[in-house]
Amino acid sequence: MTHSARPSGSTHLSGPTRLDHATGIDRSRHISFSVDGQQHTGFAGDTIASALIASGRIDCGASTYLGRSRGILSAGIEESNALVRVKGRIPGDVSESMLPATRVPITEGLEADYLSGLGILDPGQDELVYEHKHIHVDVLIVGAGPAGLAAAREAGKSGARTLLLDDRSAPGGSLLSSPGRSVEGALDESIDEVPAPEWIEATVNGFAEAEEITYRPNTTVFGSYDSNFFVALEDRTRELVETEGTGSGASAGSADSDRDDTASRAGTRQRVWHIRAKQVVLATGAHERPIVFADNDRPGIMLASAVRTYLNRFGVAAGQRIAIAATNDSAYELLADLHAAGIDVPAIIDSRATASAMAERVVDTTGTRLILGSTVTGTAGEGPAGRISRVTVAALDEDAVAAGHGEDIDVDLLAVAGGFSPVIHLHGQRRGPIVWRADIAAFVPKTPVRDQFTVGAINGDYSLEAALKDGAEAGNAAANRSGFAAALTVPKAAAMTFAPARPLWLVTSAEDDHTALTTHFIDFQRDQSVADVQRAMNAGMRSVEHIKRYTSISTGGDQGKTSAVNAIGAITSILGETDLGSVGHTTFRAPFAPVPFAALAGRRKGELFDPARITAIHPWHVAHGAEFEDVGGWKRPWYYPRPGEDMEAAVLREGKAVRESVGFQDASTLGKIEIRGTDAGEFLGQIYTNGFKKLGVGKGRYGLMCTPDGMIFDDGVTLRVAEDRYLMTTTTGGAATVLEWLEEWHQTEWPHLDVVFTSVTEQWSTVAVAGPRSRDVIAKIAPNLDVSNENFEFMGFRETTLAGGIPARICRISFSGELAFEVNVENYYGLAVWEAVAEAGAEFDITPYGTEVMHVLRAEKGFIIVGQDTDGTVTPQDAGMEWIVSKFKDFIGKRSYSRIDTAREDRKHLVGVLPVDGTTRLAEGAQLITSGTPVTPEAGPVPMIGHVTSSYMSPSLDRPIGLAFVENGRNRTGEIIQSPVAGSLVDVEITSPVFYDPEGNRRDG
Amino acid sequence: MADTTHTTEHRQRQLRTVESSAEALDALRVSPGAHLAEEMATATKAGADAVGLRERVFAVQLGLRCTPRTASAEALESALGITLPTQIGEVTGDEAGLYALWLSPDEFLVVDVSRRQRPGETLVAEASLEGLPGQAVDLSANRTILELTGSKAREVLEKSVRTDLHPRAFGVSTAISTQLGTVPVILHHSAALEYRVYPRASFADFTVRWLLDGMAEFLIDGGAADLAGSTSAIGTASAEAESRH
Repeated sequence: MTHSARPSGSTHLSGPTRLDHATGIDRSRHISFSVDGQQHTGFAGDTIASALIASGRIDCGASTYLGRSRGILSAGIEESNALVRVKGRIPGDVSESMLPATRVPITEGLEADYLSGLGILDPGQDELVYEHKHIHVDVLIVGAGPAGLAAAREAGKSGARTLLLDDRSAPGGSLLSSPGRSVEGALDESIDEVPAPEWIEATVNGFAEAEEITYRPNTTVFGSYDSNFFVALEDRTRELVETEGTGSGASAGSADSDRDDTASRAGTRQRVWHIRAKQVVLATGAHERPIVFADNDRPGIMLASAVRTYLNRFGVAAGQRIAIAATNDSAYELLADLHAAGIDVPAIIDSRATASAMAERVVDTTGTRLILGSTVTGTAGEGPAGRISRVTVAALDEDAVAAGHGEDIDVDLLAVAGGFSPVIHLHGQRRGPIVWRADIAAFVPKTPVRDQFTVGAINGDYSLEAALKDGAEAGNAAANRSGFAAALTVPKAAAMTFAPARPLWLVTSAEDDHTALTTHFIDFQRDQSVADVQRAMNAGMRSVEHIKRYTSISTGGDQGKTSAVNAIGAITSILGETDLGSVGHTTFRAPFAPVPFAALAGRRKGELFDPARITAIHPWHVAHGAEFEDVGGWKRPWYYPRPGEDMEAAVLREGKAVRESVGFQDASTLGKIEIRGTDAGEFLGQIYTNGFKKLGVGKGRYGLMCTPDGMIFDDGVTLRVAEDRYLMTTTTGGAATVLEWLEEWHQTEWPHLDVVFTSVTEQWSTVAVAGPRSRDVIAKIAPNLDVSNENFEFMGFRETTLAGGIPARICRISFSGELAFEVNVENYYGLAVWEAVAEAGAEFDITPYGTEVMHVLRAEKGFIIVGQDTDGTVTPQDAGMEWIVSKFKDFIGKRSYSRIDTAREDRKHLVGVLPVDGTTRLAEGAQLITSGTPVTPEAGPVPMIGHVTSSYMSPSLDRPIGLAFVENGRNRTGEIIQSPVAGSLVDVEITSPVFYDPEGNRRDG
Repeated sequence: MADTTHTTEHRQRQLRTVESSAEALDALRVSPGAHLAEEMATATKAGADAVGLRERVFAVQLGLRCTPRTASAEALESALGITLPTQIGEVTGDEAGLYALWLSPDEFLVVDVSRRQRPGETLVAEASLEGLPGQAVDLSANRTILELTGSKAREVLEKSVRTDLHPRAFGVSTAISTQLGTVPVILHHSAALEYRVYPRASFADFTVRWLLDGMAEFLIDGGAADLAGSTSAIGTASAEAESRH
């Protein structure tokens, strides 16, 4: 921050000095605010920039890289100099950086600081509400200038759903810069024979009567995508601050508050609109460009259109002695207005050799000195804070080269009218073709994108008459194309013609060396000059895309709104060409203007960031202190630490409980699919590597499914519920994928099979009860069930009624090797049944266990977990599961087992890995190497022979165990290999993957 | 001997014993949104910006798989007393009672909000499919039904549903599978100012919180004080049905 650059004196503290006439402020409402710690006062309707200029401050601190004094350049979204950080204004608000002072409306007590182009992210928590909104419309109109308003009126009256979005706080577009009254010598800007402001107000008021027109001010359309999908940012900060600041129910107050009372209200700060439109009318207007001469960046050098906006809309004279540098007729509108306001204009300097009709008329009326065929070649900055104090004017030759040192004129402001750049960004984002028009020195859309229209200044048509006519016709046609017809009414305005422009790309003298033009600025925000462009071209760059990236021109927050065409002009000039179209424009990409991440995130933060899927039993887990693991979007209890326990202690305790007494686990998250059809058994036989046709009703079977390349894909137990009915279970994470898999194979390969599928994952809650005492627990909760081993065999299931009348399906399935049951009840009853199990098991000290112990206990038994031990490159044979692969039937993946690589005997095999020291736990994912393999960098690449897939402290063996895939592993049992742990190599013995109860004696209790 | 019921006959016998304790069962079951019933009631507000949310608990939901105009479809339609929809978005039946939602060309969700699910809901439909392809599965606990009401209901949904919800495109008696934010749901325009959202049970907690969050802006002016209609949030289904129109 460069406080020293601020002008001294007491002007800041004196009240705003305003002209008698202003169209956009409410003089009855004074608003106090501060910038850089200095108090100011403005009026409702003011931006920070307009109120500051009224207070006499036009400078905005030093530039980012060169530290040059800069001032407010524009009056809108194209601002590249005056960037502020605004402090949080209401509870929950944080400071926001990089806001153009030209866009921020002042609110009572606002505190801002000028930034030298570098924002600072506030580390505070932004608690304000950012939301999204999705809307479909028949006609989207971007821009509420005369063309957009006419389009909206004509489209909306047909009944078409019409959405009009505009980045400004009030409708009117370029007309907001107009005096809104008759000015001697100026253009006639009345519409349908009433002053433009009256027409605008009547038009917008008319929207309220049409049910399907929505107009949103303060809403910047920043992205245009295929199929007319648009994204816009609605900024409601001012409404929110004013409502919060004055109590609920307070109106935003000023004339340009929301017209549509059905949506916006206090609470939401910003809203990202997602819009899908059948037809689109782009009425995005044009931005004015600076002129590239020496020292063209001083405070007090301002776009002519901005000077006019401050004058007419805000009643602020940006200077008291204003010279105008013109390249086209638009500057004469400013001249007429300045004259009417009594501002001294020592000269208007026009690059064109002869006076246009408009120039002659206005100069005659105002009696202003007109300097033709000349331009400003340099400036002096001896005013306060480096403000412009003098311009040097020189004549131009035929090639627009300045001849020598001309005349000096004292000024306190220079208005530059370098020509207009139509806002073709949204058109360009869709790769809409553009063409260079030399007569107006502008890139314009060549043809609109499909299902879009371009109207008004975006086409380089700057006459009000044309804007209204094209806008109305496009609105009518757009509605018509989306099926809504209405009679066309074209608003009338006086005809206007503008003489050709004479753009100036580089203001130089004959002896100038481009590499020395270090103060001919092109991109103010990036501090890049003509010298930088020349430097890029000296390095061999020719493409505008390369030069953009080499110099960083157009990459700032303003995204080149004022610099892109000037850069192209400079490149063209340096190449000795005249056609900017031959150099071309850089690619347009979203966003058109910066968008806060907070707005894009919307409500997806904190507990709403991502949906957590929870089971019916979840509240119990929370109440009992469970730590959770995220699996397939679910919150699954991981382990239940008791006070003072760490994870390892909790897991060992839970594991011992299952091995020695009884434990219970919430297994509700497993995928479940109901399968019915006379061919269901046949179909399952194709899906699984093993057969299911002969499975008896009332029995379950573990099944393994593979992809066509023979690799393990998913697994689970499938029950045969009836002759034609099965219930498949899948892994938690694989539930949706497996259902799609079944549908895909059925629909594409075997549609003739009679079989259908329905996901019932969430219909059921599942409580797994495991351990030697599980039979006792089940007997208590299911009094009608004979749970004896003789009458309830392993892999059998029974349907019964639990105490209390809850219907249940109980299976004898074990994933731990222990005697175990799974109790399935309708989801509603999950919590009640879980609590019943807890109560019934209390006498056996039943212990809830989480996914970690489930993983440990199955690892002790050598059971794989698909997705942990397998990774899509593991066949059933690799995993030691050849027993489950049918030799007799076909199934998905079978063919692949005869491939040479799949069939070879020395693939990586699932093995057990035991650290020889009996205490060191291996790292999951760690590589395994042959003992003695050098591992120093000097020895080069280290040949790996496998890796650890699972590693735990085993509660049953009281030592660490691991599972691994090792090359030819099954044939290397007993071999000592090595694995890195914490920086050193430990010896590891290859063993059978089954560590516990290999005979399976514990299964039946 | 354990009741190893693998036939319809056996299940029907089991059902009779269960039905006698229907009240006892209700005391044991918890709906997926029950823990948020109070928050939903508090967020229900009348007036110009009316908005409300409640859970229709334990309604009957049956998943059907059958191809329309086949013997299976006719058997199911006759067994359930409903005509199945034939095109995307279509809802048939009476949204105050028994109705059917189109989910795919051969997949439907039959809902009855006028009564609570009881064990054995699918027995009749299953029996009608004897010897025919297709499927009838009890899915009553698979999803819950959240009912979003009021003049602001559509705006609440438009915050996170990408589909066109304008009445011209998504009129009453239309239902689609879509996403509410990131949650897959069935969305059903069930009456002029009423939408039913069917998330799977595991997503109910998040979906309620998400909807309550979206409703918050309409509750700023002391909406919490207005509890009109909120007492029925966990009331009986029949009372809810009466208050709908």
